[in-house]
Formats: sequence, C-alpha cells, structure tokens
Amino acid sequence: MSAGEEKTARGETRSMWLLSSPALIILIFAAAGPLLIMLVYSFLAPGKYGNVVWEFSTDAWVSTVLTRDIFDGTLSLADAHLKIFWRSVKLSLITTFFTFLVGFPTAWFIATRQERSRAALLFLITIPFWTNLLIRTFAINQIIRTEGMLNTFLLWLGVIDEPLILLYTDFAVFIGMTYVYLPLMVLPLFAAIDRFDMRLIEAAYDLYASRWQVLRKVILPIVKPGIIAGSILVFIPSLGAYVTPRILGGGRNMMIGNFIEMQFGPGRNWPLGAALSVLLLVIVAAALIVYTRAATKEGPHG
Amino acid sequence: MARRDFSAARLPGFATIAITVFVALYAPILMLVAYSFNAGDSIAIWEGFSLKWYPVAWNNAEVREVTLRSLTIAATASVLSTTVATMAALGTTRRRQTRGQTFIYLLINQPLMVPEIVTAVALLIFFASIKVATGYQGLGYLIAAHTAFCIPFAYLPIRARLEGMDLTLEIAAGDLYASSWQTFRHVTLPLLAPGIGAGMMLAFVTSLDDVVITLFVKSAGQDTLPTYMLAQIRRSVSAEVNAISTLLLLLTVLLLTAFFLLTRKRD
Repeated sequence: MSAGEEKTARGETRSMWLLSSPALIILIFAAAGPLLIMLVYSFLAPGKYGNVVWEFSTDAWVSTVLTRDIFDGTLSLADAHLKIFWRSVKLSLITTFFTFLVGFPTAWFIATRQERSRAALLFLITIPFWTNLLIRTFAINQIIRTEGMLNTFLLWLGVIDEPLILLYTDFAVFIGMTYVYLPLMVLPLFAAIDRFDMRLIEAAYDLYASRWQVLRKVILPIVKPGIIAGSILVFIPSLGAYVTPRILGGGRNMMIGNFIEMQFGPGRNWPLGAALSVLLLVIVAAALIVYTRAATKEGPHG
Repeated sequence: MARRDFSAARLPGFATIAITVFVALYAPILMLVAYSFNAGDSIAIWEGFSLKWYPVAWNNAEVREVTLRSLTIAATASVLSTTVATMAALGTTRRRQTRGQTFIYLLINQPLMVPEIVTAVALLIFFASIKVATGYQGLGYLIAAHTAFCIPFAYLPIRARLEGMDLTLEIAAGDLYASSWQTFRHVTLPLLAPGIGAGMMLAFVTSLDDVVITLFVKSAGQDTLPTYMLAQIRRSVSAEVNAISTLLLLLTVLLLTAFFLLTRKRD
C-alpha cells in the first residue's frame, strides 16, 4: 500500500466514525447501553415498592426457575414460572410451524405468477406487515370474542347453540400470532423460491424423479436458507410477544413478555424482571447464531 | 403424459392455500373497517351505515390529545433518526470493509434483533434512575427511545439507495472543480433524496405503531394513540375504537404507498 493510499484509508476510517457517531451515541444511550444496566439490575435485590436495593443478590436468577419454600427454605422447581416458559416456547414453535405450513404454498404461488401480478401480490403481503400490530390483533379479537362476528354468524347458521369460548385461550393467542407474523414467513420464503430456477424441477422430472424426490432433493436444499430465515423471523417475535397474548390471551394465558411486565407492576420484583429479560435475550441470541451459521454454510447449491 | 404436463406453477392445493391466506389476511382488517361505519354500538350486529363514530372519536378530547402526542413523537423521532441515519449511511457505504464497519452495522441493526420487551425493560430501568436523578419527566425519554429504534428503519433504505447509486456523477463533479461540499449538496443529496424520503416514511410508521417500548417508557399522562387504544380494548369495545383504527390504517397505507413509489425501480 502506498503512502497516499494509506492516508485515504485512514481518512475513510475517520470519516466513517465521525459520520456514524450521532447515530451510535443515540443507540448506545437509548437502546444498547441500557441492556448492560439491566444485566446489573438482575443481580440486585428487589425494593419494597418496586425498583431495587443496591445489594448483590442472585435471588432473581434462582427464582427464574426455582422457588423457595417460605417455611423451611427448601428449593423446588417453580411450576408457575416453568408453565409460562413452556407455554411461550410451545406457542412460538406451533406458530412458526403453522406459518411455514401455509406460508410455503403462498410464497410458491406468488413466485410462480407473471411478473406484474407478482409485484402486486407481494405488495399485498407487505401491507399487513407494516400496519399496526395492535390493530391487527384487535381485529382478531373482535371476530372471535364471545359476542363477536364468528359466533354471531355460527349461531345464525344454527351450527352451534351456544357461543364458542375462543377468546382468552391459548388457541386465540396461536391464531393471533399466526395472523400477525405470517408475512415474516412468506417474504423470506418468497425471496428464496424466487431465486430458484424452475427448470431444475422439469429436469428432475425428465430424469424420472418422483414428486417426493423432487421436493426433497431439488426444492428443499435450495429453499432451505429461506425456511431458516422465515422460521427465525417468526420465532423470535413470537417468543417475546407481549401485545398479542395480552389482547387475545387475557390475564391467565400469559407468555414470557407479559410475565416480565408483571414484575414491574404488581409483581414488584424488578431484578426478576431484569433476569427474565436477559434470559429471553440469550435465547434470541442463540437462535440468531444458529441462523447465521446455517445461512453462511449454505452455498448456492446447499 | 402426466409427467409432460407438469408445471411448477400448478402444484395441487397451493393456489387454494395461497388464496385462503390472502383472504384471511385481509378479512379481519376489512371487517374492522366495515364496523367503524356501523350505525349501532355493536361490533358484530350490523345496524346500517352511519358515519357517526368519526365525529364521536373526533370530539373525544382524550383521543385528540393522544393523537397529537403520537404525531409529535413520530415526527420528531423520524426527522432525528433519518438525519443521523443518513450521516451514518454516508459514512459506512462505498468504502473498504473494515472491522469497525461491522461493529457499526451491528449496533445500528441491534433494535431489529433484540425483542421489544427486552429493550422496553432496559429503558424502563435506565430512564427510571435518570427521572429520579434529574426530576425531568417530559417527552424527551419517549423521543429518545423512538429515535433509537427508528434508526435501522431509516438507515436500511438510505444505504440501499447509496449502494445502487452511480459513482461516476460524483467523480465528474469533482473533475469539474466542484468542492466536496458542492458535490454533496448538488449531486449526492438530490440523488439520495428518494432513499431519505423512504427512510423517513418507515421511521414515521414504525414510531406511530409502537406499543411496548412506549408503554414502559412513558410517564404518567403520556399515553400515545396505541397505548390509549390498548387500554380501551381492555375496558370495553365500541365502534369508536374501530373508527380510530380505520383512520390510523388509512394514514399507514398512504405513507406506505409513498414509500413504494419512492423506492420503485425505474425502468
């Protein structure tokens, strides 16, 4: 590298940091930095009326999964907490799987249309993704509530004699999350299928591959990065969902997000809330690492 | 014969599922919009067409107050985040890859990766101690938080635009003895404008829609439209909320259409 080149390189680096610094300062102040403070708070003791007392304690971390008996102080598994974790993971996995199940044919359908209608269909998928999540969840709430449209319609048809209790169940949360996160599955799947050369399928058929073989040996390997991306994009927000379980699950069918919020309200246990948040962040980070590994490992031919 | 007829576009059942998905995606929203025009109070029984819920919403002082607050925060946060994101995009594109650049990308995209509830908790904790220390309770916290999570939404379209831009025009300007500021002002910035506009739209929509972070950061009496609606939905449901939702949806769709027009590739 000549002296001149080295000078421009140094100048480039300096201007890069200089120009980025306002954005970085805001992000460190109001997004990334507070995460570290939250980690510190997870090792403190809860204050009597919320907030914390500045003394070191691992109680919050212990109580994420264990509970101490108030009489003899023995530790046992905290069933209530584990139940909420399990519900969150279970609902997120089911949601991810179901969005894939209906999202794959949808993405395939869009990718195999003519150029013009393809753009229009993609736009139709994108619009709900950008519209207010609260409103979309609220729309589902109105339809499935006891005195809502679905029940009114079914009663009118005479299919049922009494309204179905759908709202404030795990099923409602599943329906709601599938509804709001579906675009996040369809878009990356579409991107992957769109790159796929459809002539490969014809070639496989010409070589006497069965339908199943074509799916397994030709389509899946090439579409795999899209499947992974879509699954991660649906799984992560599902696991941290707050609005959907609050509006459709009610007070009893909490997910981790709602349980965390509770610690800052009536629960009055900020350290536990902080510890649970750190835990959620670790799970999400692990999922992202799995994703980047899988994404970088996949070459154009699997 | 069946083999010959095979077409990738016609896998059995795929079209049916896809069409069902499109219907299912829009039906609930359209129902919600339809019932904002219901003459009755019910959100299930149709009692005839009426526009009465719109004036009801408009005459509700609380609705006006929270809407104004939402728009103030969204406008401020989108202008701020777009400004700093434009600078960051200029600083990080069209140059050699370095380690520092990866770090900057990571930090800028961080709000997209961390679950909202986690950021919300972290901000609650951090801002609570600042509130105690300074006594300041104003909108500044909400604006700071919104600006931060809007940065990636503003940054990504601007960066995409910059990367697709033709460098030769700027080199030509330099050859014609334009100073680097003149080149930026009269060549780079006009070319970049659609990207900046698109980034600002996304930032605005993102800020306007936020529920979780706002809920945790806001001080008493600082409800925004979404947090107000969340509280309303919990209490009782009347078609008034449908009317507010419809207006908010309309605004979002208008902004998104502007975004797509700005980013559309020209042939």
